[in-house]
Amino acid sequence: MALSDKDRIFTNLYGLQDWRLPAAQRRGNWDGTKAILEKGRDWIIEEVKASGLRGRGGAGFPTGMKWSFMPKQPSERPHYLVVNADESEPGTCKDRDIIRHDPHTLIEGCLIAGFAMGAHAGYIYIRGEYYNESVVLEAAIQEAYDAGLLGRNACGSGWDFDLYVHRGAGAYICGEETALIESLEGKKGMPRLKPPFPAAVGLYGAPTTVNNVETIAVVPTILRRGGAWFAGFGRPKNSGTKIFCIQGHVNKPCNVEEEMSIPMRELIERHAGGVRGGWDNLLCVIPGGSSTPLLPKEICDTVLMDFDALREHKSGLGTAGVIVMDKSTDIVRAIARLSKFYKHESCGQCTPCREGMGWVSRMMERMVEGRAEVEEIDLLEEVTRRIEGHTICALADGGVWPVQGLIRHFRPVMEERIADYKRRHAKPAALPLAAE
Amino acid sequence: MSGDLRKDGVQSPGGGWGATHAGDQQHDLQPTHFQFDAESNAEIEKILARYPAGKQASGTIPLLYVAQRQMKRQTGSAWVPRVAMDAIAARLGIPPIRVYEVATFYFMFNTRPIGRFHLQVCGTTPCMLRGSDDVLRACKDAGHLKGYGDTSPDGLFTLTEVECLGACVNAPVLQVDDDYYEDLDYDRTVALIEALKRGERPNPGSTIGRQTSAPEGGPLTLTEIPVVHARSGAGE
Repeated sequence: MALSDKDRIFTNLYGLQDWRLPAAQRRGNWDGTKAILEKGRDWIIEEVKASGLRGRGGAGFPTGMKWSFMPKQPSERPHYLVVNADESEPGTCKDRDIIRHDPHTLIEGCLIAGFAMGAHAGYIYIRGEYYNESVVLEAAIQEAYDAGLLGRNACGSGWDFDLYVHRGAGAYICGEETALIESLEGKKGMPRLKPPFPAAVGLYGAPTTVNNVETIAVVPTILRRGGAWFAGFGRPKNSGTKIFCIQGHVNKPCNVEEEMSIPMRELIERHAGGVRGGWDNLLCVIPGGSSTPLLPKEICDTVLMDFDALREHKSGLGTAGVIVMDKSTDIVRAIARLSKFYKHESCGQCTPCREGMGWVSRMMERMVEGRAEVEEIDLLEEVTRRIEGHTICALADGGVWPVQGLIRHFRPVMEERIADYKRRHAKPAALPLAAE
Repeated sequence: MSGDLRKDGVQSPGGGWGATHAGDQQHDLQPTHFQFDAESNAEIEKILARYPAGKQASGTIPLLYVAQRQMKRQTGSAWVPRVAMDAIAARLGIPPIRVYEVATFYFMFNTRPIGRFHLQVCGTTPCMLRGSDDVLRACKDAGHLKGYGDTSPDGLFTLTEVECLGACVNAPVLQVDDDYYEDLDYDRTVALIEALKRGERPNPGSTIGRQTSAPEGGPLTLTEIPVVHARSGAGE
């Protein structure tokens, strides 16, 4: 079974309709927002918990629980909502569509989420490259102000809420929540040590919750239709609908909102026109953005697209950026290019990452050529294990997991490449001397 | 225009250590004065209203953008000279080093002059799988560029490799200044660059007429949603 249009939250995902407020309201955005706020903070958080919504930015942390970490008692410190629109994980382009085509789902979500966590101000941190998208978002926010939906007494609820857009400037690391906060404060995007967590000490030292765009944008519909409705999709603890970005060697790459736990093969064949050259031409799939280890075809045949099913295969749902590779792919080069990405994007704060990403990338470049010894595959694997878990943030983990996945599933390809290089560069046997 | 500043093949525009430590040859490129013009000052006023009192350092990145855009208006090259960073520091009441380190940390600030059009090729794996090598080759051929980091002799183009632009279902992607051109191949990239040379600015987005991120040939979902309002097309 597939999700039907009546159960899709992002009804303007492709921009077939206008993004502006009147059209958004006809699609159901901003319907009864005041009544939702009147049900109170606790009701909202409980309903989000009941929906089973897990963060859509990669880590999959339960959203309702995250919101409940914000202090309950008001103090002199303000609370902040920060929306992570720094979408930079290679393979991910879902938040872009929400922002440019359905911005009012996000803006309404910001008001509700801000209210639920006691915040009177929210910042949407959007990656700098999304300039045209930020123009739409700012215009949509202005529309909401003009209509009394934001600002003083937003929606007539009695709650004041201001919402601002802040553009980043081309740094993947700012998708990490504490690096994002640093960046928003006007500094280099270097992650903070935790604890303290942002809910205690976040933006400007005040209690802060950072949520992904998609996470916030689904909340108004969840509250209108009920947590149980959302929880009815997907397997338990993996509930809801989700935007998947299907790309690479498929016939028709696309974004699509589908039910969680849909089989990977069905997702690719139903929505993206199938693998180029047919399913049997599939080599492997990176299921959830570049940080999630690749899965070879035999796993892809049956695996379900959700947090727990992909975890069982030592990968993850991540951001649901599904990167499909057919048998023509130089898989070593494909992963080496990811290593180069992480080397480029390391903020340089922690030694294992700053030095390690460069080391891994250089080693992977040699593996692409085969200019290595077979034992160096083990060395590479061992070094990735020493990097993993030894840094402040998860960038280095995400940087080494693709390499580990390559070694786990395609070690024979790497060995063959090395053997081939040796054959091609073998020194010609020394000619016997006449005297011998 | 600056021409080929780096001889070692390292990508030269954008931030990073090399950008501030590239050697003496670029000293003569640095202007001696920078003053925000009226348009910039109006923008700055709006920007600083977003942040709480005393937190104006948050304006560092936004003001770097303001300066870069002003340089584009005034000189045709979008970059941030050292004196502009000093002007930002003075405006925000923070030490100049705080602006320097931000300007060099973030990739989108050009700390040296670039060409009139900034060709930014996404080379990360999702684009690589769909043919970004061909896009790069087309940029070199049509733009008369030697490789990443190069500015064309006529000063029209600077070529930069960028990391994932976040438009992966429309790969491969080339970003020209702020605009994404998607679903490219060699020929369409050449055609785009030739159009830029003629002073035309093709509409951004898919170059094969796809409806944004929908599958080629038209959406397979959201077909039962009544179209409530014709798109006017503006503001995209």
